Amino acid sequence: MTERSLAAPPRLLGTRLTRRIRSLGGLLASLALTFLGLLCITFLIGRIIPIDPALAIVGDRAPAHVYERVREELGLNLPLWQQFFIYVGQVLRGDFGTSVLTGRPVLEDIARVFPATLELATLGILIGVIFGVPMGVVAAVHRDRWPDQLVRVIGLVGYSVPIFWLGLVGLLVFYAKLGWVGGSGRLDFFHEGIAPSVTGMILIDAAIAGEWDVFRNALHHIVLPAALLGYFSLAYISRMTRSLMLEQLNQEYITTARVKGVSEARVIWVHALRNILVPLITVVALSYASLLEGSVLTETVFAWPGLGRYLTNALLAADMAAVLGATIVVGLVFVGVNLLSDLLYRLVDPRAR
Amino acid sequence: MAALLNVDNLQVAFRGPRGEVPAVRGVSFSLGREKLGIVGESGSGKSTIGRAILRLLPDSARVTADRLTFEGQDLLGLSPRALRNLRGRHITMVMQDPRYSLNPVLPVGDQIAETLRVHGAGGRGRELYRKVLDILEAVQIRDPERVYRAYPHELSGGMGQRAMIAMMLIADPRLLIADEPTSALDVTVRRQILSILDDLVSRRGMGLILISHDLNLVAGFCDRVLILYAGRVVEEIEARNLHACRHPYSRGLLASLPRLEQPVGELATLQRDPAWLDGPVYRFGEEVSR
Repeated sequence: MTERSLAAPPRLLGTRLTRRIRSLGGLLASLALTFLGLLCITFLIGRIIPIDPALAIVGDRAPAHVYERVREELGLNLPLWQQFFIYVGQVLRGDFGTSVLTGRPVLEDIARVFPATLELATLGILIGVIFGVPMGVVAAVHRDRWPDQLVRVIGLVGYSVPIFWLGLVGLLVFYAKLGWVGGSGRLDFFHEGIAPSVTGMILIDAAIAGEWDVFRNALHHIVLPAALLGYFSLAYISRMTRSLMLEQLNQEYITTARVKGVSEARVIWVHALRNILVPLITVVALSYASLLEGSVLTETVFAWPGLGRYLTNALLAADMAAVLGATIVVGLVFVGVNLLSDLLYRLVDPRAR
Repeated sequence: MAALLNVDNLQVAFRGPRGEVPAVRGVSFSLGREKLGIVGESGSGKSTIGRAILRLLPDSARVTADRLTFEGQDLLGLSPRALRNLRGRHITMVMQDPRYSLNPVLPVGDQIAETLRVHGAGGRGRELYRKVLDILEAVQIRDPERVYRAYPHELSGGMGQRAMIAMMLIADPRLLIADEPTSALDVTVRRQILSILDDLVSRRGMGLILISHDLNLVAGFCDRVLILYAGRVVEEIEARNLHACRHPYSRGLLASLPRLEQPVGELATLQRDPAWLDGPVYRFGEEVSR
């Protein structure tokens, strides 16, 4: 066999394109399947847990015939598989039922609380990545010397100190004593309702409306909880970045780059860092997804009207429609973040294309 | 002929948990525009010599020498900036396995162009692109445009090693260290790679250090051979006189090679002698005691 026939065949572009389309189709099919599985599980959870939705509506002192009528209206007397099909049909039409707690359709509630969480989590993960990745890289480059130890201690504190405690201390220091940041909630009272809600994310809404006072106030409110969430994810991200970098810095292609005369900074930040992007995307995506789930503790401490608090309140009140709706949203978030990281893999790693 | 490289009493030791482990013990040689082979078993310190010259060894290595100069310039005293300037442009190295020595996520052409770019040589844009295509043609790649855009995993081992050679020769260095450049390749491709290397090195009047464990390859390819045992040069000899080497270690290495014209039932096994560590050494057939 000659050298020439060992190399890749010509007309590579055509096959590459069809392969990419096919793999994208496979990806979408697996997403649809995942979603169906998710619906199945939430449905079963809703039927298995010992909460009777009919009883929750009529109360335990209602006469038997009223209770029976409500059961029929809710379709609870039908066989389980029939209930499931009705449920899937409702969900696909965007009908998640009505929340007992708020008296509004669950979808409407989620459209209100999810943007709050999305805004907070996105800012948090940005902080986590912007600080965590460089810290991990620096720790790896200066392995076992003081920068490494410093990063280790910072990460350890992030891991081990309860986030609600950090939140309370942060409020005490930066809000009550120093007055650098806004207090709890998303906005001060007199800034509320000025910028019309478009995305539900106040920073973006205010920017669209050009209400920069509102924007500044919202930023004041979000910066502390976002920094806390960022710190929390930074601990994990910097740790993973460090170990991924250590692995790459021992590779032979790093020596090649040095032999060429490439500067140490470029060796680290271009040659090595490009090679950890795929696993790093996974790490960041998982952190982001867990923040998007809604961090109950942070949202509680800062009175942040987000998904985590909504879900917790619904659970405590046995508000099943709200619980199931929020659970589906959390599941969708994971599916979406996974899809996003899959697409990013293809972008950063030629071997995954 | 003025020497390119002078190495006098080079010592390398690695700091370990149980004290220092010597890897290279007092190696001396000088190199002009010629092909020098360094042979020895694995662990004999041959790669360490190459990496010590380029100052690539980790911080745990202690490198000392009475003299280690390249064109009169002291290599051990170079500042990091001067060192970067030297690497890639004046001294380069081709490594063993292109599957590991090429960056997997960057296009091959960009990696080759980078050698010129970091030294501020070779212009930019089309001019730089043209130069990369030229060097790819020089290493006998027939479709340089495709290889420019290809990623390392899309190339065969032989193609990858050509790209590696192109990357290391594009800035016209004067000394190339080839560290087992063909060991990871298919036997059929080895000869092609060697002849490309030979052709380019002689045409450009470069010095070459070929590090290998393969006696036959070195004897056929180099002008002069250093035989290394446990970090010490036990014999230096003209490659064409290799069959007449005198040190018992060199003779043992030769005797353990299979021969087509004289088949033997069982190959000789090398018997090592700790006395070789400070016994006599041989230069061009003469015993030199030191």
